[in-house]
Amino acid sequence: MSELSVNHLLGIKYINEKDINLIFETADHFKEVINRPIKKVPSLRDITIANIFFENSTRTKLSFELAQKRLSADVISFSAAQSSVKKGETLIDTVNNILSMKVDMVVMRHSNPGAAHFLSQNVKASIVNAGDGAHEHPTQALLDSYSIREKLGEVAGKKVVIVGDILHSRVALSNIYALQMQGAEVKVCGPKTLIPKHIESLGVTVEPNLRKALEWCDVANMLRVQNERMDVNFFPSTREYAQQYGLDKTLLDSLNKEIIIMHPGPINRGVEITSDVADSKQSVILNQVENGVAIRMAVIYLLASKIK
Amino acid sequence: MSQKILLTSKEVNIILHRLACQLIEKHLDFSDTILIGIQPRGTFLAERLKDLLEKEYKIPNIALGYLDITFFRDDFRRTNKPLEANRTHIDFIVENKKVVFIDDVLYTGRSIRSALTAIQSFGRPSEIELLVLIDRRFSRHLPIQPDYRGRQVDAINGEKVKVCWTEQDGEDAVYLINK
Repeated sequence: MSELSVNHLLGIKYINEKDINLIFETADHFKEVINRPIKKVPSLRDITIANIFFENSTRTKLSFELAQKRLSADVISFSAAQSSVKKGETLIDTVNNILSMKVDMVVMRHSNPGAAHFLSQNVKASIVNAGDGAHEHPTQALLDSYSIREKLGEVAGKKVVIVGDILHSRVALSNIYALQMQGAEVKVCGPKTLIPKHIESLGVTVEPNLRKALEWCDVANMLRVQNERMDVNFFPSTREYAQQYGLDKTLLDSLNKEIIIMHPGPINRGVEITSDVADSKQSVILNQVENGVAIRMAVIYLLASKIK
Repeated sequence: MSQKILLTSKEVNIILHRLACQLIEKHLDFSDTILIGIQPRGTFLAERLKDLLEKEYKIPNIALGYLDITFFRDDFRRTNKPLEANRTHIDFIVENKKVVFIDDVLYTGRSIRSALTAIQSFGRPSEIELLVLIDRRFSRHLPIQPDYRGRQVDAINGEKVKVCWTEQDGEDAVYLINK
């Protein structure tokens, strides 16, 4: 059996298609495990993992914790808000202090792009990037592709549009890398102010009109407007954004085909998608959450098997 | 590398019939019994036995599942190669059932130890038995012995017992391979 080509999961950019397939095949097995009456396997009972979250998170943190516990790893979790980071401790010091408690793996979310990469070069532990600023969020992209594969059979040849705040989104970048690596075609759609300049250099096309984008695609990934990362106004009002780029049931039903609706969460209901779309049968939002645990179990299992 | 044949296709066939009869002797109509093939190689033997019991001995609806033990093994991170998982397929609860583990070769006993833990994820069986085609004597690491055995073999650690099945390898046979 092949193994991952990397010792850390820092971003989709640093892995290859073979790695993605291996993660998916392993996740298939874990998906079966988490649907058993007893949802736990003892594989990682001698591995200790620290979850270090310098940024808020509900889904990702819970999903990682659950994945680790389902694999029987020992888990310590840490949020920056209650920590000595507030007292001025540096990132390397914080992590090295945690590692001296014999931790084998670190799952980190940080607001600075490249934080996970920096850490991987400076500390002795396997690092999993759980989101670094507007850079990458590899496990989210993996679970998104995995959900597409589950629903449509394969990712290759599929048309995916990523709608919304592309500029501030790590989910968008990781998804673009992951989808293209697997042979999907990607468009982005959103207000011009929220589309990064030169995004075409990644091989994606920009479609400013939501209806046209939806008519083209097989899958629409609706991103959240990240108000917390906006220091200036990128669009006139939330209401205007919802009118132009929000997906409602009328628009969805008027399309000439059934498309799949995804959202990485948390949803601003009534802004990027309305409640009836989020809860419709075309939406795979809750499948994404379930798949997230299986994907994270696979990533942690495969990385842990390389710790000697 | 040299190899010697331990069992021919004809001998395998005779042993399969005997094992099926021994199972019937103990489990009669199999109403409370579940056969579990241990992945990856025990599944062929399990399927053969189910087939024999149903077709030759007219016992209908034998429950058969496949159990993968990869995530329950005790050598995670202790081998050079990563452990490869296989499909687990148990679409019933084993609570209060008589479970028969079926594997091709019993060697150190560690796989069966893992299987004993793994099966607990599907309930608490009333009892668990072990059926193997080949029992390698004198090589156990754990106090585990089969309840039904096809053939007992004395093989030293440098030797490998290879069980071939028509479905996978084109013939039914068992070889002793000198590595």
